[in-house]
Amino acid sequence: MANDATTSMHSEVVAPHDVHEHPWYQRHHFETAEQQREAASFGMWLFLLTEIMFFGGLFMAYLLYRNWYYDAFVSGSNTLSLFLGTLNTVVLITSSFTMACGVWAAETRKKGMLLLFLGITLFLGFVFLGIKGIEYKEKFDLNHVPGAHFDISEFVNPPAHSHEKPLPVDMANRTQIYFSLYFAMTGIHALHMIIGIGILFVLLYKAWQGVYTTGYVQPIENFGLYWHLVDIVWIFLFPLLYLINRH
Amino acid sequence: MSTIVTLPDQTTAKLPKRNYINNEHGLMSWLLTGDHKRIAMLYLVSITFFFLLGGFFAGMVRLELLTPQGDLMSADTYNKMFTMHGIVMIFLFLVPSVPATLGNFVLPIMIGAKDLAFPKINLLSWYLYMAGGIFTIAALVLGGVDTGWTFTTPLSTHYLNTHVVTTATAIFVAGFSSIFTGLNFIVTIHRMRAPGMTWFRLPLFIWSQYAASILMVLGTPVLAISIVLVALERTIGIGVFDPTKGGDPLLFQHLFWFYSHPAVYIMILPGMGVISEVISTFSRKRVFGYTAVAFSSVAIALFGMFVWAHHMFIMGISNYSALVFSLLSMLVAVPSAIKVFNWGFTMQKGSITFETPMLYAMGFLGLFAIGGVTGIFLAALGMDIMLTETYFIVAHFHFVMVGGMLMAFLSGLHFWWPKMTGRMYPESLSKFAAVVTFVGFVLTFFPQFLVGYLGMPRRYHAYPAEYQVLNVLSTAGATVLGIGYMLPILYLGWSLKYGAIAGNNPWQATGLEWQIQSPPLTENFVEIPIVEQEAYDYEWLAHQKEVTTVG
Ligand SMILES: [Cu+2]
Repeated sequence: MANDATTSMHSEVVAPHDVHEHPWYQRHHFETAEQQREAASFGMWLFLLTEIMFFGGLFMAYLLYRNWYYDAFVSGSNTLSLFLGTLNTVVLITSSFTMACGVWAAETRKKGMLLLFLGITLFLGFVFLGIKGIEYKEKFDLNHVPGAHFDISEFVNPPAHSHEKPLPVDMANRTQIYFSLYFAMTGIHALHMIIGIGILFVLLYKAWQGVYTTGYVQPIENFGLYWHLVDIVWIFLFPLLYLINRH
Repeated sequence: MSTIVTLPDQTTAKLPKRNYINNEHGLMSWLLTGDHKRIAMLYLVSITFFFLLGGFFAGMVRLELLTPQGDLMSADTYNKMFTMHGIVMIFLFLVPSVPATLGNFVLPIMIGAKDLAFPKINLLSWYLYMAGGIFTIAALVLGGVDTGWTFTTPLSTHYLNTHVVTTATAIFVAGFSSIFTGLNFIVTIHRMRAPGMTWFRLPLFIWSQYAASILMVLGTPVLAISIVLVALERTIGIGVFDPTKGGDPLLFQHLFWFYSHPAVYIMILPGMGVISEVISTFSRKRVFGYTAVAFSSVAIALFGMFVWAHHMFIMGISNYSALVFSLLSMLVAVPSAIKVFNWGFTMQKGSITFETPMLYAMGFLGLFAIGGVTGIFLAALGMDIMLTETYFIVAHFHFVMVGGMLMAFLSGLHFWWPKMTGRMYPESLSKFAAVVTFVGFVLTFFPQFLVGYLGMPRRYHAYPAEYQVLNVLSTAGATVLGIGYMLPILYLGWSLKYGAIAGNNPWQATGLEWQIQSPPLTENFVEIPIVEQEAYDYEWLAHQKEVTTVG
């Protein structure tokens, strides 16, 4: 009950409303800027919890089918580009770092630094999506997209140089489940990236106006939390999708 | 101990000059408002609309079932009717009913706050709700959907050519509206309480809203992802639930019911909160076993998260998990019974009066008890296998959802109506409506227990002739019930202009919301109150007229 501290403070510091000097960003229904900051941060964590539950449904499906169709998942996973996946992981972790620097810049009221770090984060977000786009295109070229054109011949008769184990036809068909989950999970993750990039544009514009470097850091902090969550989801997705059984 | 309370003389009451209703004028001042009270009123109007829409579909279903032959509409049309009835009533009426209207209005005032923590997100919730409603209407106008409200795969993904994706979008969007409401409530209850308003001084309405909000925040995202996967399967053909590609339709059932069973508690818990307030107020006694009632809300929310597979006993889950889920489902009855017994003991030796909210609350107690006990029948494995997919289960959940929740909603609406509008509704007419609703309800749904027990399956537009008598009774009851619901809409509308002036505290209730003017000021409190009394302290109310405030 961290709230008790603020409430007891209130009953002692008995000051009528108009005597208080409130910072410009404090909304009228909050008693103090501190209360507003705590509420916003608490709300953001709850929102992240809903995001975890949202992705949780997908992870549940992954867990189930990976246990049932392990061989198909291995073969599907081995067709992904380890290089691009690793590169994207590095890009995203770096962007999380620059975002954290952005929060620091806002807290220490350094406008130029804030703009710089938000800009780098934005750029890295685009790099991630670009690399993801290249990977998606490859899936289309190889007919690894679930649906009418899905092709299992590569899994039934793998080319000799690939050292892949040939799969029986019914197991090879199950690679479609792997790619269904691959597209659903990375697609919904990418959608979160796109939303994040959209918000970043707004934040950049407002940061350029100087809104976040006069003590009002909550939007930057909350966006940072969101960006880190999207990053963490990828850190789970990367080994689950790319590294099932690499040698 | 009950306190003898004399109700204030309303003839001298005056409407306050300035209040949240006349503070600003014009349509835009409502559509762009951040005031939780105005948003509650926006919700009230919109959920009433969708209630009438859902009621229309229910009426069509009952009309078709008047005769054994499928003569009024084709089987497909009938499927669309009950599907739309379920979707509209659950997602657009029951889930937002108490939280988004009554909760939105009184929750911040009850804890001594000037607004919810996030007023803009509160408004966004309403717009998301309306967007969900518009998508639902779009699906309806384009030709309807006939999956049942449960979107069972592979029926919904492969075998139907109706507007599944439009409806899925509707539910997805409306789901976010309820996530944001839940989130707003949790943060508000944690961070916005007035000085001295400790957790165990909170009115029990707040505890139940809190428990329901936790379920909204944890459960709804899982519903969202499962309908996203259904939509992806329909549109681009991914195969997560498709057996031909190796997917498992049972996984959809797990994901869907992981939300949709807790959704039952999202719907009923806020109603239970209303009943605690109403029974205490009209018995003039502190709720018996306050702590037990408070924690039973949390216990219901907690147990409710782990019973979802009782919807799947006939779907091929393993015997062992069926056994565990059967046991857990029965356990939910324990905290529910704690509440019912505590309400009973609250009334014992109280100075009970039977104003309209209390009549509805009495109706709730009886009907919810029957709904709950038949729920235990259905949690028992053997009984469930026989009774599931029959009218017995239809009767069971209508006793809980309509007999329980809707009665609680009407009880709360009458209870807080004087606070929300500053005016009283006509007393004898509203008592009459409460009785008509009760009689109509029992007549509609009790025969369905019998006809279900005799073996009539749900979701068919035609049935063997031997079930006709009970079906005619049920349809007749539905007509009475319809009248019972129309009456409040009419006289509450009438009272907006012609009702007697209510005054601040017409019931002599103890909540903070009753200590301020009716209708309240936009900012609720001129000065934030300091809370020094327990909840439901009628002695305090009788002896202390002024609430201490900060400053
Ligand atoms: Cu259930």
